Amino acid sequence: MFLFFLSSGLFLGWSLGANDAANVFGTAVGSRMITFKRAAVLCSVFVILGAVISGAGTSDTIGKLGTVNALAGAFIVALAAAISVYIMTVIGYPVSTSQGIIGAIIGWNLFTGTLIDYTSLTKIVSSWVACPILAAIFSIILYKLVVICIKTFNVRMFKLDTLTRYGLIIAGIFGAYSLGANNIANVMGVFVPVSPFRDISVMGIFSLTSAQQLFFIGGIAIAIGIITYSKRVMMTVGTGIMKISPVSAFVTVWAHSIVLFLFASQGLERFLISHGLPSIPLVPVSSSQAIVGAVIGIGLLKGGKGIRWKTVRGISVGWVTTPLLAALISFISLFFFQNVFQQQIYKPVEYIVSAEAIERIENKGIPANELKGMLGNKFPSAVQFNNALKECSFLRHDDTNFIMESTEHYKMKITDTGIRSLDAEWFTEEQIKVLEKLEGQVFIHKWMMEEALAGISPSWRIKKDDKLFNRRLKGKIAHIHDLFHASEFFMR
Amino acid sequence: MKSSILKDSEETGKQFDEFLDNVSGAGVLFGEATDDYFEGDLEAFEKKRDKMNDLEHRGDALRRTLEHLLYTKTLVPESRGDVMELLENMDALLDHYKAVIWRFDIEHPDIPPEFHDDFRELIVSGVNAVESTVLSCKAFFREIDEACNHMHKVIFWETEGDIVSTRLQKRIFRNESLRLSHKRHIRDFAKFIEKIGDEAEDVIDRLSIYIIKRVM
Repeated sequence: MFLFFLSSGLFLGWSLGANDAANVFGTAVGSRMITFKRAAVLCSVFVILGAVISGAGTSDTIGKLGTVNALAGAFIVALAAAISVYIMTVIGYPVSTSQGIIGAIIGWNLFTGTLIDYTSLTKIVSSWVACPILAAIFSIILYKLVVICIKTFNVRMFKLDTLTRYGLIIAGIFGAYSLGANNIANVMGVFVPVSPFRDISVMGIFSLTSAQQLFFIGGIAIAIGIITYSKRVMMTVGTGIMKISPVSAFVTVWAHSIVLFLFASQGLERFLISHGLPSIPLVPVSSSQAIVGAVIGIGLLKGGKGIRWKTVRGISVGWVTTPLLAALISFISLFFFQNVFQQQIYKPVEYIVSAEAIERIENKGIPANELKGMLGNKFPSAVQFNNALKECSFLRHDDTNFIMESTEHYKMKITDTGIRSLDAEWFTEEQIKVLEKLEGQVFIHKWMMEEALAGISPSWRIKKDDKLFNRRLKGKIAHIHDLFHASEFFMR
Repeated sequence: MKSSILKDSEETGKQFDEFLDNVSGAGVLFGEATDDYFEGDLEAFEKKRDKMNDLEHRGDALRRTLEHLLYTKTLVPESRGDVMELLENMDALLDHYKAVIWRFDIEHPDIPPEFHDDFRELIVSGVNAVESTVLSCKAFFREIDEACNHMHKVIFWETEGDIVSTRLQKRIFRNESLRLSHKRHIRDFAKFIEKIGDEAEDVIDRLSIYIIKRVM
């Protein structure tokens, strides 16, 4: 069943491969500097590697925007994004899956009454404006540098031809890796919260988290899109849209790849933060926007006469229309899926103002006097609870998020059956022992169980500098949340 | 081990140099062969005629190889058409050298000694024009800014050739001891040699457009 629902994500992945791969290798293949076969193989391999190794950063942001918590919902969201991208492609506008998926999630949020995280949404939308501008700036700087290098080192025509080919291959590889890392969240991000996969160890050499396994499957879908359908689009990008020299092609692909990498690199984010510099938000940006921005940059550098502004206007309209179209398709499809096919497209999330939650909120230093008046109150959706919180005028946006997290009602009971079903290879002996100690206990909030586990043993505690351990621990905690939540239902 | 892309590119660069050196070498041989003819050393002239034949064949072979390489390996795709045209035009100059030598061999023109110096001067102008064209072409592939330094010399030598040719033709037709048919025969040779400089000038006219297209 999961695979059936995943099919819409794979369709989205296929269309990503068919369209966005053209941004990476299009100019190189279109100008016949690199053969399609070579481009397709390189692009496929590095998209998969990028997705699996570095895909986590942007999918966290997508997750924050709205956790699509039911498989059928995720199916519709991905399908709506894929259809809107497909429609826009047929009409002839170069768009990206980023815009499609964000629009589709907003549609899901609106339909289910889930709260839209406007901080994340603003972050994403502003990155769509920043992305082409940044790409244009990078392409101008790179172009200047390349011209200086060619003149300084007196590169002869055939040598330059060779260097450009190598440059295009390396830029393409880098671009494909960045595309995989940045855009896999669009394809598979919505399925991460509902993934049935568990962490696996591959021959004891390395392990793949549940998300990484999903990303691997998504990466393969992208690769199939590249191999089966991207040739035509690559030829169009390389020769039809604009005529640019191989050196300009090399510069634009590099600028595009750098921008995608900036918006996907967790390593860079850590580096900037640790040096007290403002960090770049990890959001899925559009590779089409990046490449268009980069080409406009070169055009502006050459006086701007060669730019077809009419085309640029058309492309910009496409960028605005796609998320709106995706939101609309998503909203209508969810309505049909829920009411005609009787599918659960979201799991309702309740909020309860418990004494424990109030204590936690107070400990955080947030004034909770007005909340005390709501003690014992239940709210059937995030929107209703948020409306109630809005009346507490002293709350800041961050406080609201913390209160929502603290009051989310998620009843769990630790049962013997649940503990025995755990995979001994995935959970350590120590971790299982801790769970056994807590057997029979009931928790009404997710954080309560996490605190109880962490209070007994360090094996359940977040480690300060061990990102990999923390990521795995997060996966395990998500798994036991679901497991014991279900147990709780069995008990009733 | 070098990759095939790098090998193809290096190989093509070398063959282009060899092709252009061939054209340049043909110019030297052309000067020597005509000198031998004017001095009446027909044996030496015939040897050089055969050598010129070999050079022309080698030039044709190199041109075909280069054209094949450019297309099959899709080298310099954005300038390929220009490079091909340049190759053919340079090859035409080599052919012209050969054609002049063969005309001397077939028609055995009777050129009175009083015109030899003018003919020599005309030949030097043509060869120099071609030599400057070769240098312009090499600069086009290596250091594009340098090309202009050679291109203006082509124009200079072509103009020199025109002046010498006009002077020579006047002298031919004002010579009262020659029959009109004789005068016309010698005049044809002067004009045929003069055309070398004209063709070189045509090549650099096109080259200047290729340069504008390539300058970023």
